[in-house]
This record gives sequence, C-alpha cells and structure tokens, in this order.
Amino acid sequence: MENSINNDKYILELKDVSVSYNPEKKAIKDVNATIKEHTVTAIMGPSGCGKSTLLRAINRMHDLYPDIKTTGQILLKGENIFDMNPMRVRRLAGMVFQRPNPFPTMSIYDNVLAGYKLNNIGLSKAEKDEVVENSLKSVALWDEVKDSMTQKGSFLSGGQQQRLCIARAIALKPEILLMDEPTSALDPISTNRIEDLILELKQQYTIVIVTHNMSQAARISDNSMFMYLGELIEYGTTKQMFTKPKDKRTEDYLTGVFG
Amino acid sequence: MKDKIFKSILFIASCLILVLTAGVIYALVTQSISAFSSFGLFNFISSSEWDSVNNNFGALPFITGTLITALLALFFCIPFSLSIALFNGEYFKQTKIATIVSSIVDLLAGIPSIVFGLWGFYVLRPILIDMGVSAQGFGVLLASIVLAIMIIPYASSLSTEFISMVPNELKEAAYSLGATKMEVIKTVSLPVSLSGIFAAYILALGRALGETMAVTMLIGNTNNIPTHLSDTGNTMASIIANQFGEADGLKLSSLMAIGLLLFLITATINFIAKYILKLVNK
Repeated sequence: MENSINNDKYILELKDVSVSYNPEKKAIKDVNATIKEHTVTAIMGPSGCGKSTLLRAINRMHDLYPDIKTTGQILLKGENIFDMNPMRVRRLAGMVFQRPNPFPTMSIYDNVLAGYKLNNIGLSKAEKDEVVENSLKSVALWDEVKDSMTQKGSFLSGGQQQRLCIARAIALKPEILLMDEPTSALDPISTNRIEDLILELKQQYTIVIVTHNMSQAARISDNSMFMYLGELIEYGTTKQMFTKPKDKRTEDYLTGVFG
Repeated sequence: MKDKIFKSILFIASCLILVLTAGVIYALVTQSISAFSSFGLFNFISSSEWDSVNNNFGALPFITGTLITALLALFFCIPFSLSIALFNGEYFKQTKIATIVSSIVDLLAGIPSIVFGLWGFYVLRPILIDMGVSAQGFGVLLASIVLAIMIIPYASSLSTEFISMVPNELKEAAYSLGATKMEVIKTVSLPVSLSGIFAAYILALGRALGETMAVTMLIGNTNNIPTHLSDTGNTMASIIANQFGEADGLKLSSLMAIGLLLFLITATINFIAKYILKLVNK
C-alpha cells in the first residue's frame, strides 16, 4: 500500500505496532502507517477501538504502566523511539489531553515553562519571557492573559486552559504534537478556536489528533485513519476517505451505521 | 412511630455525648480555678517552680517539655512517614507490596503505648547509653524517638491518601513533558498534595502532644526545663501521670490546670488540622 513516488519526508513511521493490556488480548494489532511533516492526521473510530492507545504508544506513555506491552517499531525522524530514552521521546512528542490539565499549583507563566522546569533546563529571565510570550501567542492566548501571568492556570475557562496546555506542550518545541480528543470537554465556541489553532499550528508542527467527532476530522485533518477493534482499517487522505471509503466498515462508520 | 422512637434514641445519645464533654471541661475548669486564682494564669504558665513543700506550682517546664518532645518527634518522623507515603501512594500505588507495607504501618498504630514504653526502656535506652548520649539514657531524645515511631502511622497513612489522590492526568501531563518520576513527585505530586500532608502532620503533632504512657516511662520525670537532647524532663501528660495519685489541694488543682491547658492545646491543634482538611477537600 505504501508508495514512494513522492520525496516528502516521513516524520513518523509506525511498523507493526501492537499494544496489549494483558497477555491474552491485543488492544491494537500490527498497525503500519507513515505520517508526513506539517500534516494533521486524524485517528477516528468507535469507542474502545484503540485510537488513544495508538496515540499514547507514540510518546511511550504506556511505559508508565508496567502491565501494558508495546511491540513493533515507531520511527521518529528515522530513529526508533524504543531505542531512545523515554524522557527524550516525550520531549520530542508533545501531548495534549482530553481534559485540560494545567498544573494547579503553578501560575500561568510557570505552566508554560513547566517542560523546562521538569527537564531541569535552565533559562535566563529573558529567554523565559520569550518562550512564554511566543508560546502563548501561538495559541492566541497572549492577549487574554498577559496581564495575569502570576495567576494560577486553574482560574482560566476550560477553553483557555486547553490552549494553555497546548502552549505548555509547544513551549518545548516538539517535533510532533499528539492530541487526545482535545476538544471533547469543551463548548462549541472553544472547540472552534482550538480547531482554528490546529490549522495554524500545522505550519510549524506535525499533528496527530484522536477524535470521535467525524466532522471535526473532516474540517481539520489532511489524512485520516479509521480504526476498528484495534486494527487500522483504512488510512488515506481525509477527502478520499469521506468521499470514497475503500472499506465497508469505514463507510458504515462514516454513515452512522455504528459508532 | 418506630421511626420516631429511633430518632429520639439517636437524639438522646448525641446529647449525652455533648453533656459528657461539657462535664469533663466543666470539671477541669472548676477544679483548676484555685490554682489559677492563687498563681494567676500568666504566672502559672511562666513559672518553673514545682514546690510541693511550699505549695508553689508553675507549668512552664512541662509546657516546654511537651512542646520540645512533640516537635522533635514530628521532626524525626517526617523522613520516615514521607518515604512511606511516597512508597505507598506513588511508587507502588495499588500494588500488593503497598498493601503489605500499609498493613504493617497500621499494625504499628495498634501497638499499645505501654508496649512502646517497655521497648524504649529495655531496647532503645541501652543503645543510647552505649552511644554515650547520657548515663541513664532517659530524657528528651529517648522519649522523642519513641514518640516519633508512634506517630509515624498517623502521619503516613493520611499523607499516603493525599499523595495517591493527586489526579493521574496531572502526573501524565508532567510525564508527557519528559519528566522523570522524581521530577513528577517534586513538581506535581508533592505541591498538589502539600496542604493535605501538612494537615496530616498537624494531626500527628496533636497525638504526640497528648501521648502519656510511653513518654512518662522514658523522659526521666524531672521538673526542670530541658535544654539539651540528653536532658531529662517532664511533659504535661507525664507530670499528671506521675503525681495525680498523691496530690491534693493546690497541687491537685495545679495538675487539673495543666490538664486543662493540655486539652486546650491539643484541641486547638486538631481544630487547625481539621480546618485545613476541610479547605483541601473543597
């Protein structure tokens, strides 16, 4: 299925990736896919199909839970992440979670810089200010919070908190940005803003986003994966998948037969 | 009808508790009045006399003894109880080994005070003597060490609870930024659970302040203000335990007064801890 007619670089390559929560059953089975730089890839599928599990394999979050086993290869810029230090993998692959989770004991300013603090990367005051300003500007939050930098992040609205979390993730300048249903806890207006933001961030980052919202996938993604029962059923351009799905199961899902 | 009877039984039972508490406080207050009126409240608290012959009594040595042993015990218990809390609440959360460790810690809480006193007297005291701390081994240091062991379960079980309550999504957020476990604990778990842990230690302090039997057996029971770790002394609880049987008149009233003060101190400490917990749980 893969072809090499174009010379675009693959930033992420998944090779026979399987994840199992217990020895008997695999949560995802032999997923193969390649992702190009500066694209938005949506992972869709019904609940429990393994979309989040696949996403969390990419930054080795499964390592935190000893029962979860991941096999196969994931190449990030050609380098197998399982040969890398997991801390480095997670710095290179930023993550945004389902529910906004700014650190409640830190100010807005410190939340943006949390990645630097957690990795013991020392910055001068000027560098810090620059990182904070740039990151918050990238997520269009700067104007709203520039006068309340010392306030706790938890005082912001849900949508603002989620943008703060995106700012925190991109402050470390990751290679890719993994988003796990980032708008599922937000109201429609905040959701719109995050979607617009994703389209802007695409200029600088490669984004993989899990969504259960098909119209969201259609609006923001270049390519789409459809997963079902732990398998990657179909992967192609979003346009093609929404107009002419190759697999019957994809078609059924997209037309609302199940899901 | 049955419902009404049951309700009134419950009502009477709760009232009874109120009456009992009020009765205890009333007895303490009325019986300590003569001490307070003879010496004056401030004088009673600030005097270090304890003279049975001339009927001149002051509580300062015992108040200091109580505060010093309790605070030292708290200080000694922090590294151990915090380690246990991190072990059970973070590193080995919800594993078999954490269950084992926490039941052993609970077991520690169930050991009677007098048993700790015996152990301190016959096991720890000779060790302190061998180390050259003091000739007899009795004193503030011995009492505080045993007291520390006794309050570890209280400090650690509540701290464990607060550390394990730190939302997983916050810890995952930190991990997703490339943090190691140490850094997650330092920058997320501990700061988030800090006020709860603080309350746990205040409660433990409250227990240490009122602990009687083991301290009485180990502190040396001398009515002076301790100035060194190896000094002997007395706490508010231990002076009462030592002298209540042979006291009457003004001396008994002075002991009652010390009891009232001790009650007020521990009640205040517990109130502060409960207040913090209430804030945390909001």
